[in-house]
Amino acid sequence: MSPRKIREFFIEKLIFLSGVASIVFVALIFVFLLKEGVSLFKTIGLGDFLGGRFWYPISDPPKLGILPLILGSLLVTAGAIALAVPLGIASAFYIAEVAPPRLRDALKTCIEVLSAIPSVVLGFIGMVTLVPFIKRVFGIPTGLTAMTGSIMLALMALPTIISISEDAINSVPGEYKAGAIALGATHWQTLRRVIIHGAMPGIIAASMLGIGRVFGETMAVMMVTGNAAVIPKSLLQPVRTLTATIAAEMGEAVRGSEHFYALFAIGIVLFIISFAINVTADLFLNRGKKR
Amino acid sequence: MSREGRRQTVGFGALLLATLLVVIPVIFIVGMIVAKGWSALSLNFLFTMPTEGMKAGGIFPALVGTIYLVAAAVLFSLPIGIMAAIYLSEYAKDNLLTRLINLSIINLAGVSSVVYGLFGLSLFVVFLKFGVSIISGALTLGVMTLPVIITTTREALRTVPRSYREVSFSLGATRWQTVRHSVLPSAVPGIITGAILSIGRIAGETAPILFTVAAFYLPKLPHGLSDQAMALPYHLYIISTQIPGIPENYRYGTALVLVGLVLILNISATIVRARYRKRK
Repeated sequence: MSPRKIREFFIEKLIFLSGVASIVFVALIFVFLLKEGVSLFKTIGLGDFLGGRFWYPISDPPKLGILPLILGSLLVTAGAIALAVPLGIASAFYIAEVAPPRLRDALKTCIEVLSAIPSVVLGFIGMVTLVPFIKRVFGIPTGLTAMTGSIMLALMALPTIISISEDAINSVPGEYKAGAIALGATHWQTLRRVIIHGAMPGIIAASMLGIGRVFGETMAVMMVTGNAAVIPKSLLQPVRTLTATIAAEMGEAVRGSEHFYALFAIGIVLFIISFAINVTADLFLNRGKKR
Repeated sequence: MSREGRRQTVGFGALLLATLLVVIPVIFIVGMIVAKGWSALSLNFLFTMPTEGMKAGGIFPALVGTIYLVAAAVLFSLPIGIMAAIYLSEYAKDNLLTRLINLSIINLAGVSSVVYGLFGLSLFVVFLKFGVSIISGALTLGVMTLPVIITTTREALRTVPRSYREVSFSLGATRWQTVRHSVLPSAVPGIITGAILSIGRIAGETAPILFTVAAFYLPKLPHGLSDQAMALPYHLYIISTQIPGIPENYRYGTALVLVGLVLILNISATIVRARYRKRK
Protein backbone atom coordinates (compact mmCIF):
# COMPACT_ATOMS: atom_id res chain seq x y z
CA MET A 1 0.00 0.00 0.00
CA SER A 2 1.20 3.49 -0.75
CA PRO A 3 1.82 5.87 2.19
CA ARG A 4 -1.20 7.88 1.11
CA LYS A 5 -3.44 4.85 1.30
CA ILE A 6 -2.09 3.94 4.71
CA ARG A 7 -2.76 7.45 5.93
CA GLU A 8 -6.29 7.36 4.56
CA PHE A 9 -6.86 4.01 6.19
CA PHE A 10 -5.99 5.45 9.60
CA ILE A 11 -7.95 8.63 9.10
CA GLU A 12 -11.03 6.67 8.10
CA LYS A 13 -10.64 4.39 11.11
CA LEU A 14 -10.45 7.48 13.31
CA ILE A 15 -13.58 8.87 11.69
CA PHE A 16 -15.39 5.61 12.32
CA LEU A 17 -14.28 5.56 15.94
CA SER A 18 -15.52 9.12 16.43
CA GLY A 19 -18.77 8.08 14.81
CA VAL A 20 -19.39 5.38 17.37
CA ALA A 21 -18.06 7.56 20.24
CA SER A 22 -21.59 8.72 21.03
CA ILE A 23 -22.68 5.15 21.68
CA VAL A 24 -19.62 4.63 23.85
CA PHE A 25 -20.31 7.77 25.88
CA VAL A 26 -23.97 6.90 26.49
CA ALA A 27 -22.86 3.45 27.61
CA LEU A 28 -20.13 4.95 29.82
CA ILE A 29 -22.61 7.31 31.48
CA PHE A 30 -24.94 4.43 32.26
CA VAL A 31 -22.19 2.10 33.45
CA PHE A 32 -20.58 4.67 35.72
CA LEU A 33 -23.91 5.65 37.24
CA LEU A 34 -24.62 1.98 37.87
CA LYS A 35 -21.15 1.37 39.25
CA GLU A 36 -21.77 3.73 42.17
CA GLY A 37 -25.54 3.55 42.35
CA VAL A 38 -26.02 -0.21 42.47
CA SER A 39 -24.13 -0.49 45.78
CA LEU A 40 -27.11 1.16 47.44
CA PHE A 41 -29.31 -1.84 46.76
CA LYS A 42 -27.11 -4.12 48.87
CA THR A 43 -28.63 -2.40 51.90
CA ILE A 44 -31.96 -1.02 50.67
CA GLY A 45 -34.62 -2.65 48.53
CA LEU A 46 -35.67 -0.99 45.29
CA GLY A 47 -39.22 -0.63 46.58
CA ASP A 48 -38.08 1.14 49.77
CA PHE A 49 -35.91 3.45 47.71
CA LEU A 50 -38.53 4.43 45.12
CA GLY A 51 -41.54 4.26 47.44
CA GLY A 52 -40.02 5.40 50.74
CA ARG A 53 -41.79 8.44 52.12
CA PHE A 54 -38.85 9.90 54.04
CA TRP A 55 -35.59 11.36 52.80
CA TYR A 56 -33.36 11.86 55.86
CA PRO A 57 -29.96 11.08 54.38
CA ILE A 58 -27.86 12.12 57.36
CA SER A 59 -29.89 10.68 60.21
CA ASP A 60 -28.63 7.43 61.73
CA PRO A 61 -29.60 5.09 60.21
CA PRO A 62 -30.30 7.17 57.10
CA LYS A 63 -33.76 7.04 55.53
CA LEU A 64 -33.37 7.09 51.79
CA GLY A 65 -36.86 7.06 50.28
CA ILE A 66 -37.15 9.25 47.22
CA LEU A 67 -40.94 9.35 46.87
CA PRO A 68 -41.08 13.00 48.09
CA LEU A 69 -38.41 13.92 45.54
CA ILE A 70 -40.16 12.09 42.70
CA LEU A 71 -43.43 13.81 43.58
CA GLY A 72 -41.61 17.13 43.87
CA SER A 73 -40.15 16.73 40.40
CA LEU A 74 -43.50 15.62 38.97
CA LEU A 75 -45.37 18.53 40.56
CA VAL A 76 -42.92 21.18 39.37
CA THR A 77 -42.77 19.62 35.91
CA ALA A 78 -46.55 19.37 35.63
CA GLY A 79 -46.93 23.02 36.57
CA ALA A 80 -44.27 24.10 34.09
CA ILE A 81 -45.79 22.06 31.28
CA ALA A 82 -49.31 23.33 31.97
CA LEU A 83 -47.92 26.82 31.37
CA ALA A 84 -45.35 26.22 28.67
CA VAL A 85 -47.15 23.85 26.30
CA PRO A 86 -50.19 26.03 25.49
CA LEU A 87 -48.12 29.23 25.44
CA GLY A 88 -45.40 27.62 23.36
CA ILE A 89 -47.72 26.12 20.77
CA ALA A 90 -49.69 29.36 20.45
CA SER A 91 -46.48 31.37 20.03
CA ALA A 92 -45.18 28.88 17.47
CA PHE A 93 -48.37 29.35 15.42
CA TYR A 94 -48.15 33.11 15.74
CA ILE A 95 -44.50 33.19 14.69
CA ALA A 96 -44.86 30.69 11.86
CA GLU A 97 -48.21 31.73 10.40
CA VAL A 98 -49.40 35.14 11.53
CA ALA A 99 -46.47 37.46 12.26
CA PRO A 100 -45.20 39.66 9.41
CA PRO A 101 -41.62 38.75 8.37
CA ARG A 102 -39.86 41.53 10.30
CA LEU A 103 -41.72 40.87 13.52
CA ARG A 104 -41.12 37.16 13.00
CA ASP A 105 -37.35 37.69 12.91
CA ALA A 106 -37.46 39.86 16.02
CA LEU A 107 -39.55 37.28 17.89
CA LYS A 108 -37.26 34.45 16.85
CA THR A 109 -34.24 36.40 18.06
CA CYS A 110 -36.00 36.91 21.38
CA ILE A 111 -36.62 33.16 21.72
CA GLU A 112 -32.98 32.45 20.86
CA VAL A 113 -31.86 34.87 23.56
CA LEU A 114 -34.10 33.09 26.06
CA SER A 115 -32.63 29.72 25.16
CA ALA A 116 -29.11 31.09 25.55
CA ILE A 117 -29.55 32.49 29.07
CA PRO A 118 -27.77 30.10 31.46
CA SER A 119 -30.01 28.35 33.96
CA VAL A 120 -28.10 29.75 36.94
CA VAL A 121 -28.87 33.27 35.70
CA LEU A 122 -32.57 32.47 35.39
CA GLY A 123 -32.42 31.01 38.89
CA PHE A 124 -30.86 34.20 40.18
CA ILE A 125 -33.44 36.41 38.47
CA GLY A 126 -36.20 34.15 39.80
CA MET A 127 -34.82 34.55 43.32
CA VAL A 128 -34.76 38.32 43.25
CA THR A 129 -38.01 38.96 41.36
CA LEU A 130 -40.44 36.06 41.31
CA VAL A 131 -39.82 34.72 44.81
CA PRO A 132 -40.76 37.97 46.64
CA PHE A 133 -43.61 38.49 44.15
CA ILE A 134 -45.18 35.09 44.86
CA LYS A 135 -44.74 35.61 48.58
CA ARG A 136 -46.57 38.95 48.46
CA VAL A 137 -49.35 37.94 46.07
CA PHE A 138 -50.33 34.80 47.94
CA GLY A 139 -49.46 36.09 51.41
CA ILE A 140 -47.43 32.99 52.26
CA PRO A 141 -44.40 32.71 54.57
CA THR A 142 -41.96 31.98 51.74
CA GLY A 143 -41.94 32.57 48.00
CA LEU A 144 -39.70 29.56 47.46
CA THR A 145 -42.45 27.25 46.21
CA ALA A 146 -43.22 24.61 43.60
CA MET A 147 -45.12 27.24 41.65
CA THR A 148 -42.08 29.53 41.50
CA GLY A 149 -40.10 26.62 40.11
CA SER A 150 -42.82 25.82 37.60
CA ILE A 151 -42.84 29.37 36.24
CA MET A 152 -39.05 29.53 35.86
CA LEU A 153 -38.97 26.09 34.27
CA ALA A 154 -41.77 27.02 31.88
CA LEU A 155 -39.50 29.82 30.63
CA MET A 156 -36.72 27.30 30.08
CA ALA A 157 -38.94 24.84 28.23
CA LEU A 158 -40.47 27.47 25.93
CA PRO A 159 -37.58 27.83 23.44
CA THR A 160 -37.51 24.07 22.86
CA ILE A 161 -41.28 23.84 22.45
CA ILE A 162 -41.54 26.90 20.22
CA SER A 163 -38.67 26.16 17.85
CA ILE A 164 -39.55 22.50 17.27
CA SER A 165 -43.29 23.23 16.91
CA GLU A 166 -42.49 26.03 14.49
CA ASP A 167 -40.39 23.66 12.37
CA ALA A 168 -43.28 21.21 12.38
CA ILE A 169 -45.76 23.91 11.30
CA ASN A 170 -43.45 25.12 8.54
CA SER A 171 -42.97 21.62 7.21
CA VAL A 172 -46.71 21.08 6.63
CA PRO A 173 -47.02 20.97 2.81
CA GLY A 174 -48.16 24.28 1.30
CA GLU A 175 -50.84 22.49 -0.76
CA TYR A 176 -52.79 21.66 2.40
CA LYS A 177 -53.08 25.33 3.23
CA ALA A 178 -53.74 26.36 -0.38
CA GLY A 179 -56.44 23.70 -0.67
CA ALA A 180 -58.23 24.85 2.47
CA ILE A 181 -58.10 28.51 1.44
CA ALA A 182 -59.37 27.58 -2.03
CA LEU A 183 -62.37 25.87 -0.43
CA GLY A 184 -63.23 29.17 1.22
CA ALA A 185 -61.80 28.60 4.67
CA THR A 186 -60.42 31.59 6.52
CA HIS A 187 -56.75 31.62 7.54
CA TRP A 188 -57.82 30.91 11.13
CA GLN A 189 -59.97 27.94 10.10
CA THR A 190 -57.06 26.63 8.05
CA LEU A 191 -54.79 26.85 11.09
CA ARG A 192 -57.24 25.17 13.42
CA ARG A 193 -58.60 22.46 11.15
CA VAL A 194 -55.79 21.70 8.70
CA ILE A 195 -52.31 22.84 9.62
CA ILE A 196 -52.51 21.75 13.24
CA HIS A 197 -53.19 18.15 12.15
CA GLY A 198 -50.23 18.06 9.80
CA ALA A 199 -47.98 19.51 12.48
CA MET A 200 -49.30 17.37 15.34
CA PRO A 201 -46.54 14.73 15.56
CA GLY A 202 -43.92 17.49 15.64
CA ILE A 203 -45.87 19.43 18.25
CA ILE A 204 -46.17 16.34 20.45
CA ALA A 205 -42.43 15.71 20.09
CA ALA A 206 -41.75 19.36 20.95
CA SER A 207 -43.86 19.09 24.09
CA MET A 208 -42.13 15.88 25.14
CA LEU A 209 -38.68 17.38 24.64
CA GLY A 210 -39.88 20.35 26.69
CA ILE A 211 -40.90 17.96 29.46
CA GLY A 212 -37.50 16.28 29.25
CA ARG A 213 -35.74 19.63 29.54
CA VAL A 214 -37.83 20.63 32.56
CA PHE A 215 -37.52 17.31 34.36
CA GLY A 216 -33.74 17.35 34.12
CA GLU A 217 -33.26 21.03 34.91
CA THR A 218 -31.18 21.58 37.99
CA MET A 219 -29.79 24.98 38.91
CA ALA A 220 -32.78 27.27 38.42
CA VAL A 221 -35.13 24.85 40.14
CA MET A 222 -32.76 24.38 43.06
CA MET A 223 -32.51 28.13 43.58
CA VAL A 224 -36.25 28.92 43.66
CA THR A 225 -38.15 25.92 45.06
CA GLY A 226 -37.02 25.97 48.68
CA ASN A 227 -35.73 22.37 48.69
CA ALA A 228 -37.90 20.88 51.42
CA ALA A 229 -37.87 17.10 51.01
CA VAL A 230 -41.48 16.48 52.02
CA ILE A 231 -44.35 15.04 50.04
CA PRO A 232 -45.90 18.13 48.46
CA LYS A 233 -49.56 18.91 49.07
CA SER A 234 -49.91 22.10 47.07
CA LEU A 235 -48.15 24.24 44.49
CA LEU A 236 -47.62 26.95 47.10
CA GLN A 237 -45.23 25.11 49.37
CA PRO A 238 -41.51 24.40 49.12
CA VAL A 239 -40.58 21.20 47.30
CA ARG A 240 -37.40 19.43 46.37
CA THR A 241 -36.76 17.80 43.02
CA LEU A 242 -34.61 14.79 42.13
CA THR A 243 -32.07 16.96 40.31
CA ALA A 244 -31.78 19.56 43.06
CA THR A 245 -31.19 16.83 45.63
CA ILE A 246 -28.15 15.56 43.75
CA ALA A 247 -26.76 19.03 43.16
CA ALA A 248 -27.31 20.24 46.71
CA GLU A 249 -26.12 17.17 48.60
CA MET A 250 -23.30 15.64 46.58
CA GLY A 251 -20.86 18.15 48.01
CA GLU A 252 -21.51 16.90 51.56
CA ALA A 253 -22.05 13.21 50.91
CA VAL A 254 -19.12 11.10 52.06
CA ARG A 255 -17.67 9.08 49.20
CA GLY A 256 -18.66 5.44 49.71
CA SER A 257 -21.52 6.17 52.12
CA GLU A 258 -25.10 5.07 51.55
CA HIS A 259 -26.00 8.68 50.96
CA PHE A 260 -23.41 8.94 48.17
CA TYR A 261 -24.70 5.76 46.50
CA ALA A 262 -28.29 6.96 46.86
CA LEU A 263 -27.50 10.17 44.96
CA PHE A 264 -26.09 8.07 42.12
CA ALA A 265 -29.17 5.87 42.25
CA ILE A 266 -31.26 9.02 41.78
CA GLY A 267 -29.02 9.73 38.78
CA ILE A 268 -29.94 6.32 37.33
CA VAL A 269 -33.63 7.14 37.75
CA LEU A 270 -33.13 10.48 35.95
CA PHE A 271 -31.11 8.84 33.18
CA ILE A 272 -33.77 6.21 32.53
CA ILE A 273 -36.57 8.77 32.51
CA SER A 274 -34.77 11.10 30.09
CA PHE A 275 -33.89 8.11 27.90
CA ALA A 276 -37.57 7.12 27.69
CA ILE A 277 -38.74 10.67 27.00
CA ASN A 278 -36.19 11.33 24.28
CA VAL A 279 -36.70 8.05 22.47
CA THR A 280 -40.47 8.57 22.43
CA ALA A 281 -40.11 12.15 21.21
CA ASP A 282 -37.82 10.94 18.43
CA LEU A 283 -40.40 8.38 17.33
CA PHE A 284 -42.96 11.18 16.96
CA LEU A 285 -40.49 13.39 15.09
CA ASN A 286 -39.70 10.63 12.61
CA ARG A 287 -43.36 9.87 12.12
CA GLY A 288 -43.92 13.52 11.29
CA LYS A 289 -41.14 13.45 8.74
CA LYS A 290 -42.20 10.25 7.00
CA ARG A 291 -45.70 11.44 6.21
CA MET B 1 -67.44 41.65 9.55
CA SER B 2 -68.61 38.07 9.10
CA ARG B 3 -68.75 35.66 12.00
CA GLU B 4 -65.75 33.75 10.72
CA GLY B 5 -63.86 36.99 10.25
CA ARG B 6 -64.52 37.94 13.87
CA ARG B 7 -63.44 34.50 14.99
CA GLN B 8 -60.19 34.93 13.12
CA THR B 9 -59.52 38.30 14.74
CA VAL B 10 -60.15 36.85 18.20
CA GLY B 11 -58.06 33.75 17.43
CA PHE B 12 -55.09 35.71 16.12
CA GLY B 13 -55.42 38.09 19.05
CA ALA B 14 -55.13 35.14 21.45
CA LEU B 15 -52.03 33.89 19.65
CA LEU B 16 -50.49 37.35 19.84
CA LEU B 17 -51.27 37.55 23.54
CA ALA B 18 -49.56 34.21 24.17
CA THR B 19 -46.52 35.35 22.22
CA LEU B 20 -46.33 38.56 24.25
CA LEU B 21 -46.51 36.53 27.47
CA VAL B 22 -43.40 34.70 26.29
CA VAL B 23 -41.49 37.66 24.91
CA ILE B 24 -42.10 40.27 27.61
CA PRO B 25 -40.43 38.28 30.41
CA VAL B 26 -37.38 37.79 28.18
CA ILE B 27 -37.08 41.53 27.55
CA PHE B 28 -37.69 42.18 31.24
CA ILE B 29 -35.00 39.71 32.35
CA VAL B 30 -32.33 40.92 29.94
CA GLY B 31 -33.22 44.56 30.58
CA MET B 32 -33.04 44.12 34.31
CA ILE B 33 -29.66 42.37 34.23
CA VAL B 34 -28.22 45.12 32.03
CA ALA B 35 -29.78 47.98 33.98
CA LYS B 36 -28.75 46.75 37.42
CA GLY B 37 -25.45 45.13 36.48
CA TRP B 38 -24.10 47.98 34.39
CA SER B 39 -22.97 50.03 37.39
CA ALA B 40 -20.80 47.18 38.65
CA LEU B 41 -18.95 46.76 35.38
CA SER B 42 -15.46 48.17 35.26
CA LEU B 43 -12.01 46.99 34.26
CA ASN B 44 -11.38 46.56 37.95
CA PHE B 45 -14.41 44.28 38.31
CA LEU B 46 -13.30 42.11 35.39
CA PHE B 47 -9.60 41.94 36.09
CA THR B 48 -9.00 41.82 39.84
CA MET B 49 -9.29 39.11 42.47
CA PRO B 50 -12.29 39.08 44.82
CA THR B 51 -11.59 40.58 48.24
CA GLU B 52 -13.32 40.74 51.64
CA GLY B 53 -14.90 37.28 51.35
CA MET B 54 -16.01 38.03 47.78
CA LYS B 55 -18.01 41.06 48.90
CA ALA B 56 -15.70 43.36 46.97
CA GLY B 57 -13.04 43.26 44.30
CA GLY B 58 -13.47 41.52 40.99
CA ILE B 59 -14.36 38.26 39.30
CA PHE B 60 -11.08 37.68 37.47
CA PRO B 61 -10.40 34.12 38.71
CA ALA B 62 -13.92 33.01 37.80
CA LEU B 63 -13.55 34.50 34.33
CA VAL B 64 -10.17 32.83 33.83
CA GLY B 65 -11.50 29.51 35.12
CA THR B 66 -14.39 29.58 32.69
CA ILE B 67 -12.09 30.38 29.76
CA TYR B 68 -9.76 27.49 30.70
CA LEU B 69 -12.70 25.11 31.07
CA VAL B 70 -14.36 26.10 27.82
CA ALA B 71 -11.12 25.99 25.83
CA ALA B 72 -10.16 22.55 27.14
CA ALA B 73 -13.68 21.19 26.64
CA VAL B 74 -13.86 22.38 23.04
CA LEU B 75 -10.35 21.12 22.23
CA PHE B 76 -11.57 17.70 23.33
CA SER B 77 -15.00 17.64 21.77
CA LEU B 78 -14.50 19.56 18.50
CA PRO B 79 -12.27 16.98 16.72
CA ILE B 80 -14.42 14.04 17.87
CA GLY B 81 -17.64 15.88 17.04
CA ILE B 82 -16.54 16.94 13.58
CA MET B 83 -15.24 13.50 12.69
CA ALA B 84 -18.41 11.90 14.03
CA ALA B 85 -20.45 14.22 11.81
CA ILE B 86 -18.26 13.36 8.82
CA TYR B 87 -18.85 9.70 9.52
CA LEU B 88 -22.61 10.15 9.74
CA SER B 89 -22.90 12.40 6.72
CA GLU B 90 -20.31 10.90 4.34
CA TYR B 91 -19.64 7.31 5.35
CA ALA B 92 -22.52 5.83 7.32
CA LYS B 93 -24.99 3.51 5.62
CA ASP B 94 -28.62 3.35 6.63
CA ASN B 95 -28.24 0.44 9.00
CA LEU B 96 -28.70 -0.57 12.62
CA LEU B 97 -25.37 0.94 13.71
CA THR B 98 -26.26 4.34 12.30
CA ARG B 99 -29.64 4.20 13.98
CA LEU B 100 -27.92 3.38 17.27
CA ILE B 101 -25.52 6.29 16.84
CA ASN B 102 -28.39 8.69 16.18
CA LEU B 103 -30.28 7.36 19.17
CA SER B 104 -27.19 7.88 21.33
CA ILE B 105 -26.78 11.46 20.14
CA ILE B 106 -30.40 12.20 21.00
CA ASN B 107 -29.86 10.76 24.45
CA LEU B 108 -26.62 12.60 25.07
CA ALA B 109 -28.52 15.78 24.25
CA GLY B 110 -31.33 14.89 26.65
CA VAL B 111 -29.43 13.73 29.71
CA SER B 112 -29.85 16.08 32.66
CA SER B 113 -26.89 18.35 33.29
CA VAL B 114 -26.57 17.18 36.88
CA VAL B 115 -26.38 13.57 35.67
CA TYR B 116 -23.38 14.64 33.58
CA GLY B 117 -21.94 15.94 36.82
CA LEU B 118 -22.37 12.52 38.45
CA PHE B 119 -20.86 10.84 35.41
CA GLY B 120 -17.84 13.16 35.48
CA LEU B 121 -17.41 12.59 39.21
CA SER B 122 -17.59 8.82 38.87
CA LEU B 123 -15.47 8.39 35.71
CA PHE B 124 -12.97 11.25 35.63
CA VAL B 125 -12.61 12.34 39.25
CA VAL B 126 -12.78 8.95 40.99
CA PHE B 127 -12.14 6.12 38.52
CA LEU B 128 -9.47 7.78 36.35
CA LYS B 129 -8.11 9.60 39.44
CA PHE B 130 -8.00 13.00 37.75
CA GLY B 131 -9.34 14.47 40.97
CA VAL B 132 -11.46 17.59 41.21
CA SER B 133 -9.69 19.47 38.44
CA ILE B 134 -10.03 21.47 35.25
CA ILE B 135 -9.39 18.35 33.17
CA SER B 136 -12.26 16.44 34.84
CA GLY B 137 -14.65 19.36 34.38
CA ALA B 138 -13.57 20.02 30.81
CA LEU B 139 -13.99 16.38 29.77
CA THR B 140 -17.43 16.31 31.38
CA LEU B 141 -18.46 19.49 29.56
CA GLY B 142 -16.86 18.15 26.38
CA VAL B 143 -18.99 15.01 26.37
CA MET B 144 -22.02 17.12 27.13
CA THR B 145 -21.48 19.39 24.15
CA LEU B 146 -20.78 16.60 21.63
CA PRO B 147 -24.39 16.35 20.41
CA VAL B 148 -24.48 20.10 19.64
CA ILE B 149 -21.27 19.93 17.62
CA ILE B 150 -22.26 16.73 15.82
CA THR B 151 -25.72 17.93 14.80
CA THR B 152 -24.65 21.39 13.62
CA THR B 153 -21.65 20.01 11.71
CA ARG B 154 -23.82 17.33 10.12
CA GLU B 155 -26.30 19.97 8.98
CA ALA B 156 -23.41 22.01 7.54
CA LEU B 157 -22.10 18.98 5.63
CA ARG B 158 -25.58 18.16 4.34
CA THR B 159 -25.99 21.59 2.78
CA VAL B 160 -22.92 21.00 0.58
CA PRO B 161 -24.41 20.18 -2.84
CA ARG B 162 -24.21 16.56 -3.94
CA SER B 163 -22.63 17.66 -7.21
CA TYR B 164 -19.42 18.67 -5.38
CA ARG B 165 -18.97 15.08 -4.34
CA GLU B 166 -19.91 13.66 -7.73
CA VAL B 167 -17.40 15.84 -9.55
CA SER B 168 -14.69 14.90 -7.10
CA PHE B 169 -15.42 11.17 -7.42
CA SER B 170 -15.54 11.39 -11.21
CA LEU B 171 -12.04 12.89 -11.18
CA GLY B 172 -10.87 9.73 -9.46
CA ALA B 173 -10.63 11.10 -5.92
CA THR B 174 -11.08 8.70 -3.02
CA ARG B 175 -13.82 9.23 -0.46
CA TRP B 176 -11.47 10.86 2.06
CA GLN B 177 -9.95 13.15 -0.61
CA THR B 178 -13.46 14.19 -1.58
CA VAL B 179 -14.36 14.95 2.01
CA ARG B 180 -11.10 16.72 2.73
CA HIS B 181 -10.84 18.88 -0.38
CA SER B 182 -14.33 19.42 -1.68
CA VAL B 183 -16.88 18.90 1.11
CA LEU B 184 -15.18 20.19 4.27
CA PRO B 185 -13.99 23.57 2.93
CA SER B 186 -17.48 24.67 2.01
CA ALA B 187 -18.88 23.46 5.33
CA VAL B 188 -16.38 25.41 7.46
CA PRO B 189 -18.66 28.39 8.30
CA GLY B 190 -21.39 26.00 9.45
CA ILE B 191 -18.90 24.10 11.57
CA ILE B 192 -17.62 27.34 13.13
CA THR B 193 -21.19 28.37 13.92
CA GLY B 194 -21.74 25.09 15.75
CA ALA B 195 -18.48 25.40 17.65
CA ILE B 196 -19.29 28.93 18.83
CA LEU B 197 -22.80 27.89 19.88
CA SER B 198 -21.44 25.00 21.90
CA ILE B 199 -18.91 27.29 23.59
CA GLY B 200 -21.75 29.60 24.57
CA ARG B 201 -23.66 26.70 25.99
CA ILE B 202 -20.86 25.24 28.13
CA ALA B 203 -19.72 28.64 29.39
CA GLY B 204 -23.03 28.92 31.26
CA GLU B 205 -23.31 25.37 32.60
CA THR B 206 -23.17 24.97 36.35
CA ALA B 207 -24.41 21.55 37.37
CA PRO B 208 -21.78 19.50 35.46
CA ILE B 209 -18.92 21.38 37.12
CA LEU B 210 -20.32 21.35 40.66
CA PHE B 211 -18.52 18.15 41.68
CA THR B 212 -15.85 17.95 39.01
CA VAL B 213 -13.94 21.22 39.08
CA ALA B 214 -15.62 24.13 40.79
CA ALA B 215 -14.00 25.78 43.76
CA PHE B 216 -15.81 28.12 46.13
CA TYR B 217 -12.89 30.52 46.35
CA LEU B 218 -9.25 30.23 45.34
CA PRO B 219 -6.68 32.84 46.21
CA LYS B 220 -4.62 32.01 43.11
CA LEU B 221 -5.31 31.54 39.43
CA PRO B 222 -5.17 27.94 38.18
CA HIS B 223 -1.78 26.91 36.81
CA GLY B 224 -2.56 23.73 34.94
CA LEU B 225 -5.17 21.22 33.95
CA SER B 226 -4.97 19.36 37.26
CA ASP B 227 -5.83 22.43 39.34
CA GLN B 228 -9.25 23.29 40.67
CA ALA B 229 -10.74 26.46 39.31
CA MET B 230 -13.46 28.97 39.98
CA ALA B 231 -16.01 29.44 37.20
CA LEU B 232 -18.43 32.24 36.37
CA PRO B 233 -21.73 30.34 36.58
CA TYR B 234 -20.72 28.63 39.82
CA HIS B 235 -19.53 31.95 41.20
CA LEU B 236 -22.92 33.49 40.47
CA TYR B 237 -24.61 30.54 42.18
CA ILE B 238 -22.47 30.96 45.28
CA ILE B 239 -22.77 34.70 45.66
CA SER B 240 -26.52 34.60 45.16
CA THR B 241 -27.33 31.66 47.46
CA GLN B 242 -24.46 30.77 49.78
CA ILE B 243 -23.00 34.03 51.03
CA PRO B 244 -25.24 36.63 52.63
CA GLY B 245 -24.50 40.32 52.33
CA ILE B 246 -23.09 40.43 48.81
CA PRO B 247 -23.85 43.88 47.33
CA GLU B 248 -26.70 43.69 44.85
CA ASN B 249 -24.92 45.29 41.92
CA TYR B 250 -22.05 42.86 42.40
CA ARG B 251 -24.41 39.93 41.78
CA TYR B 252 -26.10 41.60 38.83
CA GLY B 253 -22.68 42.51 37.48
CA THR B 254 -21.60 38.87 37.56
CA ALA B 255 -24.86 37.82 35.88
CA LEU B 256 -24.33 40.53 33.25
CA VAL B 257 -20.80 39.34 32.45
CA LEU B 258 -22.04 35.76 32.10
CA VAL B 259 -25.07 36.63 29.98
CA GLY B 260 -23.01 39.10 27.95
CA LEU B 261 -20.39 36.46 27.23
CA VAL B 262 -23.00 33.92 26.14
CA LEU B 263 -24.97 36.41 24.03
CA ILE B 264 -21.84 37.77 22.31
CA LEU B 265 -20.94 34.20 21.36
CA ASN B 266 -24.45 33.59 20.04
CA ILE B 267 -24.45 36.80 18.05
CA SER B 268 -21.09 35.99 16.48
CA ALA B 269 -22.40 32.56 15.52
CA THR B 270 -25.39 34.23 13.86
CA ILE B 271 -23.11 36.65 11.99
CA VAL B 272 -20.90 33.85 10.68
CA ARG B 273 -24.00 32.01 9.51
CA ALA B 274 -25.55 35.09 7.88
CA ARG B 275 -22.36 35.99 6.00
CA TYR B 276 -22.04 32.49 4.72
CA ARG B 277 -25.64 32.48 3.49
CA LYS B 278 -25.13 35.78 1.67
CA ARG B 279 -22.06 34.48 -0.10
CA LYS B 280 -23.86 31.43 -1.46
